[in-house]
Amino acid sequence: MLEIRRRTGYLFLAVMMGHVILISAQVQDQGGARLASAVTFQLVSHIQLATARAVDGIRGFFQNYVWLRGARAENEALKRQVVELGGQIEELRARTTQVSSLEELLNLRTSLPIETITARVIAGDPTPGFPAVTIDMGSGDGLRANMAVIAPRGVVGRIYGRLEEHAAQVQLIVGRRAGAAAYLERTGAGGVIVGSNADPPLEMEDVSNLVDVQTGDVVLTSGLDGIFPRGFMIGRVEAAERGSGTYRLIAVRPTVDFSNLQYVLVVTVPPSARWAQEAEKQ
Amino acid sequence: MRVLGILLIVAAGLVLQTSLTRFTIGGGWALDVVLVAVFFCALSWGPAAGLLAGTAGGLAQDALSGGVLGVGGLSKTLVGFLAGAIGTQFIVAQFFPRLVVFVIGTLVHQFCFWGIYALIDQRAPTVPMGSVMMQAFINAAIGLLVFQIIELAPGFASRRRARRSRLSSGGRW
Repeated sequence: MLEIRRRTGYLFLAVMMGHVILISAQVQDQGGARLASAVTFQLVSHIQLATARAVDGIRGFFQNYVWLRGARAENEALKRQVVELGGQIEELRARTTQVSSLEELLNLRTSLPIETITARVIAGDPTPGFPAVTIDMGSGDGLRANMAVIAPRGVVGRIYGRLEEHAAQVQLIVGRRAGAAAYLERTGAGGVIVGSNADPPLEMEDVSNLVDVQTGDVVLTSGLDGIFPRGFMIGRVEAAERGSGTYRLIAVRPTVDFSNLQYVLVVTVPPSARWAQEAEKQ
Repeated sequence: MRVLGILLIVAAGLVLQTSLTRFTIGGGWALDVVLVAVFFCALSWGPAAGLLAGTAGGLAQDALSGGVLGVGGLSKTLVGFLAGAIGTQFIVAQFFPRLVVFVIGTLVHQFCFWGIYALIDQRAPTVPMGSVMMQAFINAAIGLLVFQIIELAPGFASRRRARRSRLSSGGRW
């Protein structure tokens, strides 16, 4: 009995040591972890797709036949249309911003049209605190890693990790390790939006204490990160305080309602060369 | 055979986790069904089972969430082992002791998880207390419900069989 207990104790110590070594290895280099993530996602994405279909099938039976008989299908189509129209509005907003920038630059550059693909959310956060979703579009649908994902009201996140043929993981912008280059629409001051565990879940960093920031100021993507095209809505400033150092402490409330994310739009404009290379490595 | 059973329970927890959170993404609701599965294995079969379930569940969650692989694994292995050890040392077959294990276990897991991330990022840990407390009680509610269902199910089946046999014998008589 004592021998079994001792053996379990040794096993526990060995496993804990293994975890510590694994974590330490990744702090230096993420090479091995990528393979493990890819294999796990490959296994789980099929189950997620099947589960989503089964859950949607059961929900659909009740919602389409038992409760509403047809009205639900129309509603779903309208919802998809609203998302697409919302995406077009965001695209127009982005293009307007680009046009005004171009006007300022005396039309020296031409803007590229932004194309999007509508995708359905099939699975939610695998770990609380690391908001991520799985969508039903993947490499077979023309998606690539680091493509921007938006919703009618603004930025949702980016595609990360290895893609399956009809499944991809999206890291939400409100996630703790997520970020985007941003600027304040009113003043044009640039900074970096990062996710946090706080409420509101976004913080804008690297904005000087000298910049005038007011509650309600609109925060847009600046495009400098090479992932999100310029001019997409991120959120509004909820609180801005003078920081103890050089930079302001700015809390931003995202405009997207992450608690009701059913359909999203993937911006199929390829990310910048740097991110494309990063995706190739993955 | 038991190893396979533990892995299946953890896999079911992971599928349930991603399916349920699909409707509560980024919302105020926080739950960790995989952690519930780890506690279930630990309390049912002891520390070795908790260790295995914690390692498998934690690593799978890390791999899917895009975080550092091993942080969730380490946290879940620790709480799985501790819950299993408590389960073998004390009587935790009643409602209140189980509630305590689930709530305190979730809190320990969360502080360990965010603590390791704070060490890696070299930043002060920002633990979302409201969300952590909510998760502790939701996990406890799910876990207690699962235990209740599993414990009542065999009794329910045998009672039903006994009632049927009584009825059939009564009819013949």
